[in-house]
Amino acid sequence: MHMADALLSPAVGGTLWAATATSIAYCSRKVKDDLDDSTVPLMGVLAAFIFAAQMINFTIPATGSSGHLGGGMILAILLGPYAAFLAMASVLTVQALFFADGGLLALGCNIFNLGIFPCFIAYPLIYKPLVGKNPSERRIFLGALLAAVVGLQFGAFGVVLETVASGVSALPFATFVALMLPIHLAIGVVEGLVTSAVVLFVWKARPEILCYAAKAQPLAEFSLKKVVLGFGVATLLTGGVLSWFASARPDGLEWAMMGVTGSEELEAQDQGVHGVLAHLQEKLAFLPDYRFANAPQEAAAEKRPAQAWPTVDAGSSLSGLVGGSLTLALAALIGLLIKRRNRAQTT
Amino acid sequence: MSRIDSAFFEIGSLDTLAVLDTPLHRLDPRAKVITTLVFILCVVSFEKYQLSALLPFFIFPLVLVGSGRLPGIFLLKKLLLIAPFAFFIGIFNPFFDREILFYLGSVGISGGWVSFASILLRFTLTVSATLILIATTGFSGVCIALEKIGAPRVFTIQLLFLYRYLFVLIDEAQRLVRARALRSFKGRGTGMAVFGQIVGQLLLRTIDRAQRIHLAMRCRGFTGEIRQLRKIHFGHAELLFTLGWSGLFVALRCWNLPEMLGAFLLELAR
Repeated sequence: MHMADALLSPAVGGTLWAATATSIAYCSRKVKDDLDDSTVPLMGVLAAFIFAAQMINFTIPATGSSGHLGGGMILAILLGPYAAFLAMASVLTVQALFFADGGLLALGCNIFNLGIFPCFIAYPLIYKPLVGKNPSERRIFLGALLAAVVGLQFGAFGVVLETVASGVSALPFATFVALMLPIHLAIGVVEGLVTSAVVLFVWKARPEILCYAAKAQPLAEFSLKKVVLGFGVATLLTGGVLSWFASARPDGLEWAMMGVTGSEELEAQDQGVHGVLAHLQEKLAFLPDYRFANAPQEAAAEKRPAQAWPTVDAGSSLSGLVGGSLTLALAALIGLLIKRRNRAQTT
Repeated sequence: MSRIDSAFFEIGSLDTLAVLDTPLHRLDPRAKVITTLVFILCVVSFEKYQLSALLPFFIFPLVLVGSGRLPGIFLLKKLLLIAPFAFFIGIFNPFFDREILFYLGSVGISGGWVSFASILLRFTLTVSATLILIATTGFSGVCIALEKIGAPRVFTIQLLFLYRYLFVLIDEAQRLVRARALRSFKGRGTGMAVFGQIVGQLLLRTIDRAQRIHLAMRCRGFTGEIRQLRKIHFGHAELLFTLGWSGLFVALRCWNLPEMLGAFLLELAR
């Protein structure tokens, strides 16, 4: 579920970082303005709780495998969206730094996928309306279950979009979607059941805790316009700056196509999956230069004559091998020398 | 379960490395955070078939491990522990991208294998840089750097809270798990129903604990900011560290050093 640095392009990673940083800043101001100062310790401790709860496993009926709690939805229900988003962001930050689960550049994507979707889509649009002003056992159960499922589906779809837009993995869009969404539907159902079990327990034992969260988040003041505007500006800024960085050298694929067809972009294919994807991408127009990996590639494969890769001819790949192993040895030697000198100094 | 246990145990050992006292550890955390970010950005910005140009970047983790007196084997083990994710996504590349890029002798190497190797290289570089950042800076150092760079204070303070109470709550969760394991036979009571109650119980205790913490902190004059005893200062050493490494990364990003070196050597051999 977690994105990794290795699969990301800087433009996608940077854009999502900017979006996430904007939302963290916005939520921090919201929390500071709206909530009393006991919230910050509560957020921190509940975030630590998510880690602790992940250590407790349970067996999933009929499969024999075991699962644990994911966390985003339960935080949203207990803390309200703004504080929950910050808590989830900190959980993922710790995971990125200590477990290298994801990575620093991918942190933006991970916070977006696992924080924004449950807190600002699933919680206000599904859980709140379903549970309403007078919660009952059935309503809480349904609300938590559905919200967890939907939040996770969005998150999984986000992973697919980010990976495909980065173009490092060769996994085609359709295959990846078909792989990710059903798996995460199953995970989501289990997660939803567990979430609702925990929330119901709390509701029965200490109903005032849930009321606190419901009171603490002023839904009426939730200004979607500001958030969207912030996202827009941040996206434009980083998209502009980073794509310049990324496209200062055209990537290998474009280069190859230039050599073969004489133009940098292939003619659009209007039919089939490619057409649909191209259309979808035009509509999103998120990063116009980043094409879905499979479309141009397959086409390039068909059209290419049996000519060597333009950038990697035999000579340069040999020199790459020779020089590469040499630099690696050199780097290791320098590291070793420094270590030895250090040790000599201390003893 | 045992894997998660040991992983959490190692959180502590990674952080204890940060109390070492080397010139690298004494640097302002901001310098290390910024340099690490530039490093990662440069590494991931290569096109997907790039292999040789990535290799010189190993100089950064290797020099840091050397000069920070970090246990290389330990970091390598941590790296392997989390390798499967990148491996399983990357392993699809050879299946979908079968076009032959170049020949090694008579064996054709397809683009998929090249990009798979590239993914593994990137993974090793970015993850080791992150681990080294923690091992030389410590979690609180990273939090302070984040705040000084401009992250909202509410966010950094609750990050510190999270880190402080992580170990306490993990102990508590471990006790719960042990108690359940001692009372359950043939897997009874390990299902979702009991799980909901156990976690709910833990949650209630956690919330009470948060309230007690808050009261105790108010009594001691907590006003919403955490004060630092140690002064941090961005001086000449930090400037040199940040600009020097970043300059090197950008240069390595622009010129493919191994290829130039290799071409030069082959020229000599001729």
